[in-house]
Amino acid sequence: MSDFIIHQWWLLLIVLASFAPLAFKMVREGAENTLRELDRGWVFLLMLWAVLVPIYYIGVTGATLPEVPSALSQAVFDEIEKLKPGDPVLFSFDYDPASAGELAPMATALVKHCAEKKLKMYFIALWPVGAQMVDNTIDKVIKADFPQMVYGRDYVTLGYKSGNEGVIKVIVTNLRELYTTDSRGRSLNDIPMMQGIMNVQQMKLIINISAGYPGTKEWVQYAVTPYPDTIRLIAGSVGVQSPQLYPYIPRQLPGLLAAIKGAAEYERLVINKYGGPTPDPKYMEGLRRMGPQLIAHLLVIALIVVANVLYFTSRGRQRAR
Amino acid sequence: MSRESKIWTAVMLTGLLALVVRAGFTTTGMGRAYVHVTQGPNGIVQEDEATYREYRQAVAANPAQTEYRFNLPRTIGIWAAAFFTLAIFSFLFRDNPIYKVSEAVLIGVSAAYWIVVGFWDVLVPNLIGKISPSMVQAWAIPGLSGADAVPKYIYLVPLALGVMLLTRLLPKGNWISRWPLAFIIGAFAGIQMLGYMHGDFLAQIRNSILPLVVVNAGAFDPWDSIRNTLIIVGVLCCLAYFFFSFEHTGVMGSASRVGVWFLMITFGASFGYTVMGRIALLAIRIEYLLDDWLWLIDPLQRR
Repeated sequence: MSDFIIHQWWLLLIVLASFAPLAFKMVREGAENTLRELDRGWVFLLMLWAVLVPIYYIGVTGATLPEVPSALSQAVFDEIEKLKPGDPVLFSFDYDPASAGELAPMATALVKHCAEKKLKMYFIALWPVGAQMVDNTIDKVIKADFPQMVYGRDYVTLGYKSGNEGVIKVIVTNLRELYTTDSRGRSLNDIPMMQGIMNVQQMKLIINISAGYPGTKEWVQYAVTPYPDTIRLIAGSVGVQSPQLYPYIPRQLPGLLAAIKGAAEYERLVINKYGGPTPDPKYMEGLRRMGPQLIAHLLVIALIVVANVLYFTSRGRQRAR
Repeated sequence: MSRESKIWTAVMLTGLLALVVRAGFTTTGMGRAYVHVTQGPNGIVQEDEATYREYRQAVAANPAQTEYRFNLPRTIGIWAAAFFTLAIFSFLFRDNPIYKVSEAVLIGVSAAYWIVVGFWDVLVPNLIGKISPSMVQAWAIPGLSGADAVPKYIYLVPLALGVMLLTRLLPKGNWISRWPLAFIIGAFAGIQMLGYMHGDFLAQIRNSILPLVVVNAGAFDPWDSIRNTLIIVGVLCCLAYFFFSFEHTGVMGSASRVGVWFLMITFGASFGYTVMGRIALLAIRIEYLLDDWLWLIDPLQRR
């Protein structure tokens, strides 16, 4: 930390200088009055630095916070871990670039885990841009680190299908009704790993990465609930949606990676088992993003405490009058 | 020009000058994109993303090499993304023309993208490909074969319903669009009702039937017992809060007050997750600015 402060003094100078007008105002008008009439722009600036400085620190030093996996992340890991090489796994990438900050790290880690386990991966998307997210993840993980994996034999991309939950409802009983070709326009009959695959119930596991509707909730409603004995689902979800999914745990949803925290915990599990002595930094995106999360959360808590103290002191004074 | 405007103009010009100096007059550089150019077996030239590190290594090995190259369109993409990120952030200061332009560009690009997706991913495979597979086979989906290459005239029904929907745009006869709309609403309501009844209502009743005393491997499990008790108490108290057939006094009143606490804790958890999600979104944009654009950090060791 001291090395960082010595070498990156200019950043700290900019941070301190940016608050100079606020500090002058506090000296001139008193801290309480200044805070009571604080412009929201200062809160935005505080949040900017609370996120930027840890990103810069982690980017320069490579340090990450220790993550202890929760039971839910462990459950996701165990669900994949207990599969055998060659088992078919369906990935549904139901997100877009707007939520990639939270979901791309877990998508990367999940695909790496499945590739390490030598599972057969089938990719679909219920969101239009999900197909591009699939391609990005395949380029980043499979093509870069698992060149021995062959398209059509070890993984296949079936692309985006419109119809939201309607797609799920159809493919749980008849995948061929909606999917006649892969995303490149090649007939499914000509793809070796599609031989004998008639519906989603034949998958050993469904992995859904979801940013909203359609997503995990629809997979639970239309795939897992009607076929509880044949379909198992695990999911990675954005934070906003996660609380809605907790009621499904554990019977309808055995494992859930909730938000960037879930991604970081899962990355830690995958790295511990498959990362080797010097893990590739691209599998640590979630871990890196926990630094700004910590500082930003501390800032939010501090702001809540300060605002409440100001509120109660002013109310106490009003009552005293 | 007000004093505040003068200060902000000075700050912006200083920032711009710093960017120009860093991009053009330092050895470090910033915001450049490189590609790895290869020729496929069929003679098609392919450009894959390459890192600055790969480019430097290739030039060091052979200064005349052309396999790794600077790529102007991708570089413009990096700068455009950085500009639009900052333009959107500028709204936090106040509404301004740059923000308005960025917002309009986003909406325009999204609408155009949806139209393209709607044609190629919905109309072509789901309608034209079903009614006239041979036509689609020639220019869009060459892989259609076997039973998939046989016309399915039942798809003329959704085509007719789709055309009927468009009558909404006509000055007369727009009542025709109500028929397909009624079909859509009816079908959607039916599917949704079944999903919710089965997946949420009934399954959640089942999920709430839990033992209060949990015995695991022959031994009493206090934590699971407490958890189950909390779930059952929480469900009953929240139900009591939403049960308006009795006045909320006495036991009912106490239960509903506890229900409010459970609800508040749930909303708090939702808020916490939302904050986490929004911070993650901010973090990825700042990471983009510092890494891909300014080259101030290099977490992926690309340079």
